[in-house]
Amino acid sequence: MAQNTGRLNSNFTEGFISKFADSTPDDRVVEVRRLVRGFGKRIVLDGIDLDIRKGEFVALLGRSGSGKSTLLRALAGLDYEVSGGGQLRVPNKLSVVFQDARLLPWKSLLENVAYGLHGVDPQERARAALAEVGLAGRERAWPGELSGGEQQRVALARALVRDPELLLADEPFGALDALTRLRMHALLRQLCERHRPGVLLVTHDVDEAISLADRIVVIHEGKLIVDLQVELSAQHGLARQARIVEVRKYLLASLGVQTDENHIAEEQAAA
Amino acid sequence: MSPPVNNSVLSPPEFGTPVSVWAAPVSSSLPDATSAHETREAGEQVKRYSRLGPGRPRRYGPVIGPLLLLALWTLGSLTGLIDHRTLSPPWVVVKTAGELIASGRLWDNFSTSLGRAAQGLFWGVLAGGLLGVVAGLSRIGEYVVDGPIQIKRAIPTLAVIPLLMLWLGIGEGMKITTIALIVFVPIYIQTHDSLRSIDSRFLELSETLGVSRGEFLRNVVLPGALPGFLLGLRFAVTSSWLALVVVEQVNSTAGIGYMIELARTYGQTEVIIVGLTLYAFLGLGSDLLVRLLQRRVLRWRRTLED
Repeated sequence: MAQNTGRLNSNFTEGFISKFADSTPDDRVVEVRRLVRGFGKRIVLDGIDLDIRKGEFVALLGRSGSGKSTLLRALAGLDYEVSGGGQLRVPNKLSVVFQDARLLPWKSLLENVAYGLHGVDPQERARAALAEVGLAGRERAWPGELSGGEQQRVALARALVRDPELLLADEPFGALDALTRLRMHALLRQLCERHRPGVLLVTHDVDEAISLADRIVVIHEGKLIVDLQVELSAQHGLARQARIVEVRKYLLASLGVQTDENHIAEEQAAA
Repeated sequence: MSPPVNNSVLSPPEFGTPVSVWAAPVSSSLPDATSAHETREAGEQVKRYSRLGPGRPRRYGPVIGPLLLLALWTLGSLTGLIDHRTLSPPWVVVKTAGELIASGRLWDNFSTSLGRAAQGLFWGVLAGGLLGVVAGLSRIGEYVVDGPIQIKRAIPTLAVIPLLMLWLGIGEGMKITTIALIVFVPIYIQTHDSLRSIDSRFLELSETLGVSRGEFLRNVVLPGALPGFLLGLRFAVTSSWLALVVVEQVNSTAGIGYMIELARTYGQTEVIIVGLTLYAFLGLGSDLLVRLLQRRVLRWRRTLED
């Protein structure tokens, strides 16, 4: 099995390319095959297969310790001192949004967004990105002056100003309060509709996954056990509500959570 | 702009563009009663201090202690409780200071001392900073540099003075070298330490952003190490005065320390007090300068400290 340490040498091996050559027009931005990762003797990812298409919004659900962050870090090329094998291919234009905004406290917002940004007029592009997340006019503010939600918006601007083909988000709204989180969901949806990156959003929040993603995968003990198209956009009104309830129930059950609705249904079935 | 909110009907705001999501005038559409309530609370907050805390800060409070000490000294001298040969009264000290200033002696000694401290500080900060960066940024550098410095740190620098005198004589070179040797330790330690304790989360971030090593050093490592370097500088400035006092009492022909030594042989306590006061001003003044520099360079931290 080919050793793969992440982004820098993430091209497929010879044999692998031939294996997938027949899959005509390749619109996949992520291809993961038989990915294994472990810490010491403990296997964290146990043979993951995952494709993400261009512009597809995928939510990765899992309980804590299920390996969801390990998978994201493997895609981001951040898995050092980890053993494992398998193949993965990710685009070079890849951005990561972490749970903490991870802004350099000694840099202004504009400098933070423009950090490491190359090409034509980085300052102007950073300014436009800040405006896009609703922070126009705050370019010279320090990160320490911002609320948690505002900081995370800067982090989004920093990720999207690079026009990524793949956006990896590791519980980006986990530290925010419920109201701010809802507004961030609206913002992220709009930004993704405009920029159309492939997205892998790691979360443990079922409702967040349903409201944001086109497709939800559930990871459990290092294996993907559910791969579900949400298909909400085509439906309206009651049908949509029913679909949400259905998906929610299914996901919670796959995560091993016993909901009241499940209980009642079971009791009714028993009676 | 927006219509007044009717409490009984909840209409969802328009989420047309991302800007509108965040620019929604939430506070302005709140009923007046709420904002009045908030204002009152804010007004109360200004006055209130926690009952069990140390109490309200007062303007000019910090000078109470020193002024009290001065008053005791004056009172003791006036009543004769303090022997004039043990400690000259304040007014004699002030008079002597005036005479020393008028004759130019004070200024000569002061500038000599300031020059020595400044040169020692300059070389010490330069050497400590450079070695700290070398040891902080590369493993090899650390292996080569850190060991000898830790050994040097274990030997009190003042104990090395005899050797320095043999090598460099008793002139200015020896004095400046001694000060530099003392100064460079805190600078080195703080710089090295803060370079090594750069948040690894920023390292991860920089890798995902694909920045070069040079960009990473310039934007993350060096600014991140600056607070530590400046803390080292504060220690360094303080210890430069300490070193100055010692070297000036060894075979000097000028400087505040020399002036004090000379006064000791003639039993002039008032001149000694003038010299000590000068040291105090130098120490406080230079510390103030470094703190001002800190405030200026670390502007981004001010919001957190206030």
